Amino acid sequence: MKTLIYAEHDNQALKSSTLNAVTAGLELGQELHLLVVGHGCGAVANAARNIQGVSAVLVADAPVYDYQLPENVAPLLEKLTSKYSHILAPATTTGKNIIPRAAALADVQPIADVVGIETTETFVRPIYAGNLVAKVSSTDSVKMMTIRTSAFEAAAYSENPCEIEELSFEFDAGLSTVVGQDLATSDRPELTTARVVVSGGRALQSAENFQILYSLADKLGGAVGASRAAVDAGYVPNDLQVGQTGKIVSPELYIAVGISGAVQHLAGMKDSKVIVAINKDEDAPIFEVADYGLVADLYEAVPELEALLTAYGVEVDAPVAVSA
Amino acid sequence: MARESMPYDVVIVGAGPAGLSAACRLKQIDTNLSVCVVEKGSEVGAHILSGAVFEPRALAELFPDYLERGAPLLTPVTSDEIYVFQSGEKSLKVPAFLTPSTMHNQGNYIISLGNLCRWLAEQAEALGVEIFPGFAAAEVLYDGDNRVIGIATGDMGVSATGEAKDTHMPGMELHAKYTLFAEGCRGELGKQLIAKFNLSQGMDPQHYGLGIKELWEIPEKNHRAGLVVHTAGWPLTETGSTGGGFLYHVGKNQIAVGLITDLSYSNPLVNPFEEFQRYKHQPQIQKHLAGGKRVAYGARAIAKGGLQSLPRMIFPGGLLIGDDAGTLNFAKIKGTHTAMKSALVAAESVAHAIIDNRAHDQLDEFEDAWRNSWAWQELYQQRNFGPALHKWGTVLGAAYAYLDINIFRGRLPWTLSDPIPDHAALKPKAKVEPITYPKPDSILSFDLPSSVYLANTSHEEDQPCHLRLASPELPMQKNYPIYGEPAQRYCPAGVYEVLENAGGDAYLQINAQNCIHCKTCDIKDPQQNITWVSPEGGGGPNYPSM
Amino acid sequence: MKVLVAIKRVADVNVVVRPNSEGNDVELTNVKMAINPFCEIAVEEAVRLKESGVATEVVAVCIGPAKAQEQIRAAMAIGADRGVIVETDENLEPLAIAKCLKAVYDQELPQLIMFGKQSVDGDNNQTGQMFAALAGIPQGTFASALVVADGKATVTREIDGGAQTVELSLPAAVTADLRLNEPRYASLPQIMKAKKKSIETIPFASLGVDGTPRLKVVTVSTPDKRRAGTKVSSVEELVDKLRSEAKVI
Repeated sequence: MKTLIYAEHDNQALKSSTLNAVTAGLELGQELHLLVVGHGCGAVANAARNIQGVSAVLVADAPVYDYQLPENVAPLLEKLTSKYSHILAPATTTGKNIIPRAAALADVQPIADVVGIETTETFVRPIYAGNLVAKVSSTDSVKMMTIRTSAFEAAAYSENPCEIEELSFEFDAGLSTVVGQDLATSDRPELTTARVVVSGGRALQSAENFQILYSLADKLGGAVGASRAAVDAGYVPNDLQVGQTGKIVSPELYIAVGISGAVQHLAGMKDSKVIVAINKDEDAPIFEVADYGLVADLYEAVPELEALLTAYGVEVDAPVAVSA
Repeated sequence: MARESMPYDVVIVGAGPAGLSAACRLKQIDTNLSVCVVEKGSEVGAHILSGAVFEPRALAELFPDYLERGAPLLTPVTSDEIYVFQSGEKSLKVPAFLTPSTMHNQGNYIISLGNLCRWLAEQAEALGVEIFPGFAAAEVLYDGDNRVIGIATGDMGVSATGEAKDTHMPGMELHAKYTLFAEGCRGELGKQLIAKFNLSQGMDPQHYGLGIKELWEIPEKNHRAGLVVHTAGWPLTETGSTGGGFLYHVGKNQIAVGLITDLSYSNPLVNPFEEFQRYKHQPQIQKHLAGGKRVAYGARAIAKGGLQSLPRMIFPGGLLIGDDAGTLNFAKIKGTHTAMKSALVAAESVAHAIIDNRAHDQLDEFEDAWRNSWAWQELYQQRNFGPALHKWGTVLGAAYAYLDINIFRGRLPWTLSDPIPDHAALKPKAKVEPITYPKPDSILSFDLPSSVYLANTSHEEDQPCHLRLASPELPMQKNYPIYGEPAQRYCPAGVYEVLENAGGDAYLQINAQNCIHCKTCDIKDPQQNITWVSPEGGGGPNYPSM
Repeated sequence: MKVLVAIKRVADVNVVVRPNSEGNDVELTNVKMAINPFCEIAVEEAVRLKESGVATEVVAVCIGPAKAQEQIRAAMAIGADRGVIVETDENLEPLAIAKCLKAVYDQELPQLIMFGKQSVDGDNNQTGQMFAALAGIPQGTFASALVVADGKATVTREIDGGAQTVELSLPAAVTADLRLNEPRYASLPQIMKAKKKSIETIPFASLGVDGTPRLKVVTVSTPDKRRAGTKVSSVEELVDKLRSEAKVI
């Protein structure tokens, strides 16, 4: 009974989502290995050796794995199902692209977006956009799943690197090629995938005033969101709306500024890992869900917050890391 | 852009109990008639909300084998209780022999009217009726002689500023020999027709109530299927308002609970939503809800003026039927059976006229047929109930109604009148005491946003506001200083808010997306400045079993 | 070129669903059902391919109860030419659905199979990928743009942090993301025309697919309410807590 984590990386660096998946994997209480599939990904594998709890790093390093095309990677994973009882990947677009394809090859029904691990067979996952939670128990001999990263802490690094095992299996389905990739680098991240979201409500009172939120978001490498009230009032465009009828976000840090916290808004952000609310109305319902609430005038608190972050030297924590 | 058109024998606006009953009856009389029903809700039943205790008389006339056909009449009424609430704590149970006979419910059923409509739609489609949910009738079409020749559906894909979006689809003209308007209470087109053809000339103004309803799921051991509870008195008496509450044990473990606030209330600080929330704390209500969980919320205005307010229902080329005209029997607190009966009578007149090769004329024969129907007789007998309550209050009025209905059986020679329209009933806020409503406990009572959430309402975001102000200035010039803008309080969906802008000026914010299509703003605005028009088809609440 | 579009019947996205009274499923009695919004986008894209002359026929396929014909009709009102329903009252999992679709695929032999990227009920985001695996064809998931020409499909994929463009040999499976297009409104004449189009019914049992669930649903519940945390008295204290306690900055 061993657990395999499919590592998220870009051949250069390990993505922090891998660390969240490792923590989920460790909750299974089994020996845990990490799989790095890519091309020229030695640095990634090297970094992965130092993740606490990982007892071996498997590496499949070949040109056919350059973009981790699912047509090529899935057969490799399927082969590994004979050695592992659990195969986990972060619930990113990479994990969601590969895990189901591999599972179908292995005749396994995968479990998506796991937010809780109850036993080695029973898992918790949100359904209906997080409005409901299902606890499911898998009867498959191998459990394959994707892990909602915001539901698990990041695993730590240790001083004792584990062994690397090179995999020789190489498979080219010849079905697909990547012809272009355009990754936003320094721009604001997309709302639904941002690590930090700074959201504003009607209390911002104008489109101009939203600037202080953009400024704070940039400081934190985050995206800007808004309540429906702010969208309806025309302060920000429609696609920034967080909530039942807008976008569902679950960042690591959600800062709600001048948002009262109508239930429709809460539906869109309640799965955030840490919620901060800044509002001058101490009875605002947002405080009932906030981990940290600050009753204050936003026009004073937000600039002060940004200044303090600068003073502390907090800069954009890009999801890169980590060479051991 | 030119609109396409399609011809039908009969076009029906609204897939409620009246519209669908008429559609079925038309096809029963002549299966060759082409009949089409347009419905603004995303599906049949999505916009239907009622108590509802249902008297199956009209349904039995339409489908004598309705039970075999699986009509969702699942909960026969087993017992009736009536209370007068003297306060938030005290209540009096009214002995059965003292209640008007009309309020007894033997042989009736507690139903979800939405589900009855879903079933009626299946019957209609099996008979060959074409039903188009998601299409709102937005315009009455007339010929050169001002005869109604059909309707046009609304444009889709129009932006908030009125421009055609990429998805723009112009509305469609549906032409008909006769058009039946069955939009329910305060129909958008019905209101236009009443004005254009002067249909309510010589009648009392229509009177309305706002019914707010919730569905609860309660522990099985507390459920008494078939129990019907009606209440009068508190909390509305605290503000001198009238209306009444209901609580029905329906189906499996469910309770329908609601409060109807008469929109003739005079205190502009009355908040029907808050009245209903505190109503549930009355021990006689609270005891039924204990351990339960609220699962649905909604609201709808009802027309309760009765015969005195009932407009003429015919005009060249069509009819108003059901609550679009106002056929509800308030003494019975029921309107579905009379609405359906008016639809059956209308369908019979229409079908025979078409068989006689007539079209677009005024169906005068309907008037006699309607007057001779049991539904009209019933409304006549109970015509004085509502005005009596309004005139003399719950206790004296009810005593009068008791005499009138039980002893004289409606044969007293006079008819009481209630001449003040609901929108003109408000006093300036300076003349009333402030009201403090209790904070919701989130167990029995809830705040407005979390309530509206359970109405499942949605509207395409980028579309013109469907709550039209004739004068954008009036709310802040008149309503706000005089009445404190009552729309903030009477709207049960939080559509209207008075806010301050950055400069500290108050303004009226209209959150049209919250709208649950109850029509109260169109009715109660003291300046009659708000016109409710249908938003893009498919928008509005999505009631599951209301 | 024939395009097959897989569509799913789901609770309308505007309806707030709740657990059933047993707490082991979702209460769907009398809840408004609709075509899954992502599937609708897939249908629209297929119809646009037909309108641009790339595709010759669009076939909508649904695995579900007899009532799912309503959703096939909805797809037809957008422009699908005909429908196939694999009829079952079982609540099948993506793996079994993918197997059913594979059977329909073998019968229809389309060059392109369109999916929604996920359904708004189960939120699995699996069926397209699993089908592609079973059919041994390439997959273009989370598509925000699709070009079919010269015997291949070029798919722009919305991936975390940006976009990726892949070229797929045909036949290929493509799953639609939100930005692929904005589906048209179905017009009344189209809805009426849709009523006359043909729907082939295939009994689920005739496919020989094992529909036994692999996942047993133990409970369905509403998520735990978040509890109010602490009130901080100053921005300084807030930053301190975020750094030392929550460790998010």
